[in-house]
Amino acid sequence: MRRILKAYPTLLRVGFAEAVAYRAELVVWMLTTTMPLVMLALWTAAAREGPFGRFGESEFVAYYLAALVVRTVTTSWVVWQMNEEIRLGTLSMRLLRPLHPFVAYSAEHLAAIPLRSLIALPVAIILLATAGKEHIARDPVVVALVPLTFIGSWLITFLSGATMGSLAMITKRSVGVWEIWIGLFAVMSGYLVPLELLPRWLSAIADFMPFRYMLGFPVEVLIGMSDRAATLRGLEAQGAMCLGLVLLAGFTWRAGLRRFEAFGA
Amino acid sequence: MSRYFRLLWIQLRASLATAMQYRADFVIDGVLSLWWMVWTLVPLTVVFSGRASVAGWTFPEALLVAAWFTILRGVLEGSINPSLLQVSEQIRTGSLDFVLIKPADGQFLVSTARFAPWKIVDILAGCVMIGIAFHGLHRVPAILDVFVAAVLLVAALTVLYSLWILVVCASFWVVKLDNLSFLLSSIFDAARWPLDLFRGVWRVIFTFVIPLGLMTTYPARALLGSLSGRTAAFALAGAAVFSTIARLIWTRALARYTSASS
Repeated sequence: MRRILKAYPTLLRVGFAEAVAYRAELVVWMLTTTMPLVMLALWTAAAREGPFGRFGESEFVAYYLAALVVRTVTTSWVVWQMNEEIRLGTLSMRLLRPLHPFVAYSAEHLAAIPLRSLIALPVAIILLATAGKEHIARDPVVVALVPLTFIGSWLITFLSGATMGSLAMITKRSVGVWEIWIGLFAVMSGYLVPLELLPRWLSAIADFMPFRYMLGFPVEVLIGMSDRAATLRGLEAQGAMCLGLVLLAGFTWRAGLRRFEAFGA
Repeated sequence: MSRYFRLLWIQLRASLATAMQYRADFVIDGVLSLWWMVWTLVPLTVVFSGRASVAGWTFPEALLVAAWFTILRGVLEGSINPSLLQVSEQIRTGSLDFVLIKPADGQFLVSTARFAPWKIVDILAGCVMIGIAFHGLHRVPAILDVFVAAVLLVAALTVLYSLWILVVCASFWVVKLDNLSFLLSSIFDAARWPLDLFRGVWRVIFTFVIPLGLMTTYPARALLGSLSGRTAAFALAGAAVFSTIARLIWTRALARYTSASS
């Protein structure tokens, strides 16, 4: 544990340097993260003729700007990275290091956040602070809990990605699993539709899936649509999901490692 | 010309033979695409819950746009994506050389290199959706409208293909491409909604820059018989311009290609 803490700042620096090195990729990435803006345009146009439940035009604006912030900060591409490294056999390099690869991956991803959010994040925050002013959480307890929900969201995103990445060592085709995951995410997380607006039975299922805690929940907390009790309840669920995913990721990793053979070995 | 048809047939047969080795994929892909079809309708039903029309579109009409989207996605993932993903890999490793020295057009060889025949399930699913939509509208499309829609489908496919060729060309400059095709796919996803649901900047972008409207909304309106002749003509001209630009940029990009190790 001490070793990890000592190595982490250096890993973060390396990750940051890597992010700077691939600038063109970065621009594409910035464009990709603006996708909530498309949903924003769609829903405000649809709400012009009358609100959907609690959501009128201004609520949709606040909701999707907050979604942009959450997506920018908590996203992770560990599945692709692991797939690529397993396929090309470069994962064996990581295995030689005296540090769990998950730790190294997490450092790389955290270090890339500042650059990746260079454009989208300030714009979204400014817009949220001006246009959506009356829709930001007021209750001081809830405001204090916002960072926690972000951390939980990041952990769930990263750990589920790591689980599916480890799966590639067994199946060699885990991107397929990832596509199903993304499809479920689009509807169940509140990305395409705010979860409240889904049919009751579907949003009830969403409460027990990890997707909601990756996007919908932090967004609702940030824009003050979740009161104190609901926020605490959500945080509990988020924590439980994190714990479960840590165990699952660790288990899949170990199971995969037993099957893994570097190419050319 | 007949040589190219023969080449296309050979490439298709090779892909089919490969696909036949993975027959289980057919069942999996089939089940998956049916599941996607139902799943992608969830947001649509939410938008139309408790109201008769949104931005001038009723539910069956919007369903028609979603059906075109499903068909186009089937073609994209079945015939355009697999080949072009392979090119980017070849550009990175330098093995594109072996394609380019063959005595046929490079762009042709590259874009017909690989097919995923099982994606035909998506296309069938889209046709079923069109049927359901017209059942909901209580009418049958006129023969002439079907013809116009078919012509526009060709235009839509041309634009879609040209866009992907442009992405491939970009990978001559920027080697890492998986990001870019991911971006394009996620933008293409917006084509499942009628164009009229977008306003302002997005409307302009989706009409002229990345003509999603041309791909799904216009053919759907043609099928409904509410597309003016002028818009249809503009769509065809746009498709022609797009494919010419793509071809020009492809030749320029190819001239820049220096293989991976030289």
